[in-house]
Parts: sequence; C-alpha cells; structure tokens
Amino acid sequence: MTLLPKSLETASTKHQNDTSTSQSNVYGYQFGFLDEDAKKEIRRTLLKAVAIPGYQVPYASREMPIARGFGTGGLQITLSIIGADDTLKVIDQGSDDSVNAVNIRKFTAETCPGIKLTKRTQEATLIQTRHRIPEIPLKERQILVLQVPYPDPLVVVEASEEKRKIMHGGGDYARLWVKLYEDMIKFSEITISHRYPTRINGSYVIDPSPIPRFDVPKLHQSECLYLFGAGREKKIYAVPPYTNAQPLCFEDIPFRVEDFTDEKGQRRACARCGSTTSFLDEFLGNTGEKVYQCSDSDYCNSQLALRETLSE
Amino acid sequence: MGYVAIKGGETAIAEAVKLLEFLRTRDNTASPLSTEAIQNQLHFLHSRVLSEGGLYHPELASLAIKQSAGDTLEAAFYLRAYRSTRPRLGETPLHSGKNMRLIRRISAAFKDIPGGQMLGPTTDYLQRLFRFELLDESPKHFRKIAKTWLKEIPDEVLPTTFPKVLDSLRQEGLLPPVTEHHEHPFDITREPLVFPVPRSAALATMARGETGSVLAIAYSNMRGYGDIHPTVAELRVGYLPVQLQHPVTSEFVEVGEVLMTECEVVSMYEAQENEDQPTFGLGYGACFGHNEVKAIAMAILDRALQKGIKHGSQSPSEDPEFVLLHIDGIESMGFASHYKMPHYVTFQSDMDRLRTTQKNFQEGKISE
Repeated sequence: MTLLPKSLETASTKHQNDTSTSQSNVYGYQFGFLDEDAKKEIRRTLLKAVAIPGYQVPYASREMPIARGFGTGGLQITLSIIGADDTLKVIDQGSDDSVNAVNIRKFTAETCPGIKLTKRTQEATLIQTRHRIPEIPLKERQILVLQVPYPDPLVVVEASEEKRKIMHGGGDYARLWVKLYEDMIKFSEITISHRYPTRINGSYVIDPSPIPRFDVPKLHQSECLYLFGAGREKKIYAVPPYTNAQPLCFEDIPFRVEDFTDEKGQRRACARCGSTTSFLDEFLGNTGEKVYQCSDSDYCNSQLALRETLSE
Repeated sequence: MGYVAIKGGETAIAEAVKLLEFLRTRDNTASPLSTEAIQNQLHFLHSRVLSEGGLYHPELASLAIKQSAGDTLEAAFYLRAYRSTRPRLGETPLHSGKNMRLIRRISAAFKDIPGGQMLGPTTDYLQRLFRFELLDESPKHFRKIAKTWLKEIPDEVLPTTFPKVLDSLRQEGLLPPVTEHHEHPFDITREPLVFPVPRSAALATMARGETGSVLAIAYSNMRGYGDIHPTVAELRVGYLPVQLQHPVTSEFVEVGEVLMTECEVVSMYEAQENEDQPTFGLGYGACFGHNEVKAIAMAILDRALQKGIKHGSQSPSEDPEFVLLHIDGIESMGFASHYKMPHYVTFQSDMDRLRTTQKNFQEGKISE
C-alpha cells in the first residue's frame, strides 16, 4: 500500500499566494482524508477481524464528511486500505450510478489522487458496496467492503449491547433460534427478509449487512475477502476467503432466497438483458406495468453486451 | 430501453449543491455573514455548535454555521468531520474548573456564597417581549451600547476566580470526600465505548452530546422517570486557561483558554451500603461554550447514571447504554437521514416475505 500524504507545507504556501480558493488553504486534507494514526488503527482492527472471522471488533470510528448511515464504516475501511495503485468500484443497490455510490466514489477519488476508478466488477481490486454483493463471482486479491447499519444479528432479540456481547461470547444464539421458530409458528415462514443471520466458520453469527438472502450464499467459501464496517455502531468484522458461512436454518426447513417466479411458475427475466439468474429490482414502468430488471448494473451491461455479440 | 432503475446521480447531486448554495445567497443585496458576526451576534448558536462539535475552534465553528445555513446538527458535523483529519498531538493535564475566569456563577443552594453570586450575561430574567426596535439596527447602535456599557463599569478591580461552592459543603461533611482517581481519562475519540464504561467516558460523551437529546433524557428523570431531585450547587460560565506540557522544557505552559459552562448538582441522599454516614450525591456537567441548559441536564444525567450503575437502572435515564448511545447528534441525525437513501433491494426482499406470507395465509397454512 502506498500512501502519499499531500504535503501540508505545499498547501499552506499556496494559501499565502492564493487566498481565494478554499480547497488549498491551511486546512487542506491529506491522502485518504483520515489522519495516518486513524488509518493505522483501522488496519489493526481489520487484522483482528480477519483473524477471528465473524467477531465484531470495536474500534474508535471517526466522523466522516458524509453522514452516519451513509456508509461511514465502509468508507473508513476503504480509505484505510486504499493505495494509489488500487482500482476502486463503488456500488449502492447494485448500481454504480446511485446517488450515494456517486458521492462516495467522487469523495474517494478527490481525497486519494492517483487511484483508478472502474465500474467493471472484474477490474476492481477494491469494491465498496451497500446492500448487494455483485453477481459476477469475486476472485482472490479482490476485497469487498460492505456498509453496515446494524452489526449485531442479536439486536432483534436483545437491545442491550452489553448483554449481546456476553451472548456472543458464550455462543448463546438460543433466542435467535426461538425467533426463527416463532416465525414458523406464526407465519409458516421465516420472515427475515434481508440481514439474514449467518454463522461464520461454525462460530460467531453475523449480520451480513442488508444484503438480500439471495446474496448470502456468496459469502460461503468465497475466493475474495469480505470486510464489514459499521461506522455509527463502531464495529468492524470480516469473512475471510475460503471460510464457511451458513445462514441459520432448521434441518427440515431449508434456507430460501427471494422468489422471482411469476404466476405461471416461470423464473422472471431481466427486461433489459434477459438474465434469469440475477437478483431483480421490481418497479412500475411509465404505463403502470410492473418491470423487472437486474439490480447489478455492471452485470446487466455485460450480459447485454454478450447477447449483442452473440446475435451479430 | 436504457437502464432506468437508477441513473443521473452525478448531475443530480451537482445541481442540488448549486441549488442549496443559491438558497443561502439568494438575497444578493444582503451583506454576507462574517465569522465574527456569527460568533458575537449568534453567541448561543455558536456555543452550541462548539460544544456538540467537540472541537474548540471558534472560527471554524462560525464557518460551519455559515456553511450549514444555521443547522446545528450539520454545523457540529462539519467540526467533527474536520477533527477526523487531525492527529492527536498532545494531552493536557487534568484541569480544575476552579481556575475559570468567570463571567457568571450562581448557586441555587445558598443565598450567599463565598465570592458572591454573579449573574453575568443571562437570559434567565428576560421578559420574552419583542424589542421591535431591533428590526432596524445599525453598527452605530452597537457602538452606542458598548460605549454606555463601558462607561458604567466600576473602576475597582474585581476578582475573576472564585472558590467552589461544593468545597464548603465538603468541609461540612455533607458530600462524600473527593476520591482521587489515577486511571487515565477515557478518550472517546480514540477508543470505542464497550460497556460498562468508566465515568470519564460517560462525561466525555455527554459533553459533546446533542443538546436536545441530553435535555430530553434528563427531563424524563426530572419529571418522574427517575428521582434525582437536583439542587444546582453551582453553575459557572467562563474562560478556562488550558495548559500543555512544553515538549522541550517539560514545564506546563498556558496555550490558550476555552469558553466553558460547568454545573454541579447535589441530589438527595440515599441509604449507604457500607458503614459510611449518608451524604448528598453529586452530579457533574461541563461543556465547551455557553450552554447552561445542557450543562444542567448533563449534571443530572451524570448523577442518574451513577445511581443506575450502583443500584441497577430503574429508568432509561439511569441506563448508561440507553443514555450514551442515543445522545450523539451526529449519529442520530445521520441515521435518521439515511432512510432517505435508496432501499430498493431491501424493500424487494421485504415484499418477497410479505407476499409469501400472504400466500400462506390464503392457502390456509397460517391458523388463528
């Protein structure tokens, strides 16, 4: 990792000559925005998180120039590990063009001069994401940074953080199991839609961030490294490559991902690229009809390109 | 067909920024607010932002208020975000509020206190009647007010530092003796809160807490969800000289001063577990700037938390996790705002669960 701190000296000299531009005044920001001590602390936290898969490591989360809840945890990880030789992709809801993705990509590019930006999943060395894991399987040497609002899966059954920490320590997930069981009794279905509790390496249960159930199996024995950053709740955790990740489910009730079959029992296809295997966004078209499209914009584009090549 | 789900984010953001800037500057005959005008004329707003931002930088606090068009949560946020870019270069020794150069100090416990009551600049006894003449003010008016005021100042040199009211209560044995703590104060900017946390962590968290949040939880205690029944032993506002150790000579030198509000409340005594005689309880509040309501609310919460830690919490205001994790304005406003962001994927997932459950219901799989 190469870190090229922007010389504050240069910034302050420039300030004397040119007071009109606020960008180059004495308050200029260094490469990666955060001070180097903060980055070092976050990298140490990451090492601990990788060493204890699924364990939520508390850290002194810094305030970022984007609001809490907008990905400050993910952003702190990204800024702490990114170097000028990295290629970054930022997505939100699967799309590179979502307002929040645009905002984070712009901020990172401005504070980390030299990094390359991409929208192609395969080209990226580092991907920051909110709510999705890309459709195209990630490889070794790729890192996916997930933004996390609620780091603790036990929060649905226990409000107190102090008590939850003890429960994790004792591997006591009984109340979570009871919650799943009660769902079956009340609704004949497990009602957890996203943030599905997932056991990592046979030990800690994590909240995999608000990814759909569709994406949970991608955590299992993956080639890439998954890093989870919860800025507001001040926790970092990880799912290292080639690690078991099992969604909590009963022997006789299989884990089920989102259902995209239509009334006739056919798997719905993306209205744009025709894919019948991707996670779909549902929305109302101009004439009020329901439209389904890939949530992952890069995947959709590449499928479309593939289809066009084949038809030529 | 184009990709319709999400597009045009970049242009939309750029245009939104322009609109916001236009909103701030749309009266092109008005003179822009100077940072000095904000600090002086919006004294309490400035104080609030200094305190919630947790960074004592009066000039940047003014800039933050200007940039955020007066939104206190946003303004404090600018200071916090800026703070993240600065390394921690040094640490001050412990400072005592006794050394404050006071502009105001009062006690609600005693009619007379050593050094006397000093009302100072306070809004307490204002009648909230509009002074319509302020609708049309000029720098000339300002100068006149200053001139008259300076003329009326007595010639005698008055003391600016005073003994603490609590000291006399302590001498009488009405308060527990001061116990010296030698553990390092908890730095909430460098360590995460892992409960249980030491009192210094709780005080630091409350000191930069959002005023309304601190007040709301303290008020719940005052109203009856708790029973602190405080008396304000002393409330002081003033400038505290800040010392730092000189890196070469190792001597302590004064590097500046910070405007602060400090409040000490005493609460009714409770049964002691050991053989000690009963004493009043003590609550402490302090923050940057001139923020009296916040300092009082903080002192009440400090007392409530200490009680909760000792005897188990009986009300939300006595529960350290409940109080300390819900009073930060930067965090609460950020999370409330984030609900405005796209949640298409999670909502898709929610619909999937509801539709499946509705299907189960229609098929009679869900019994009463």
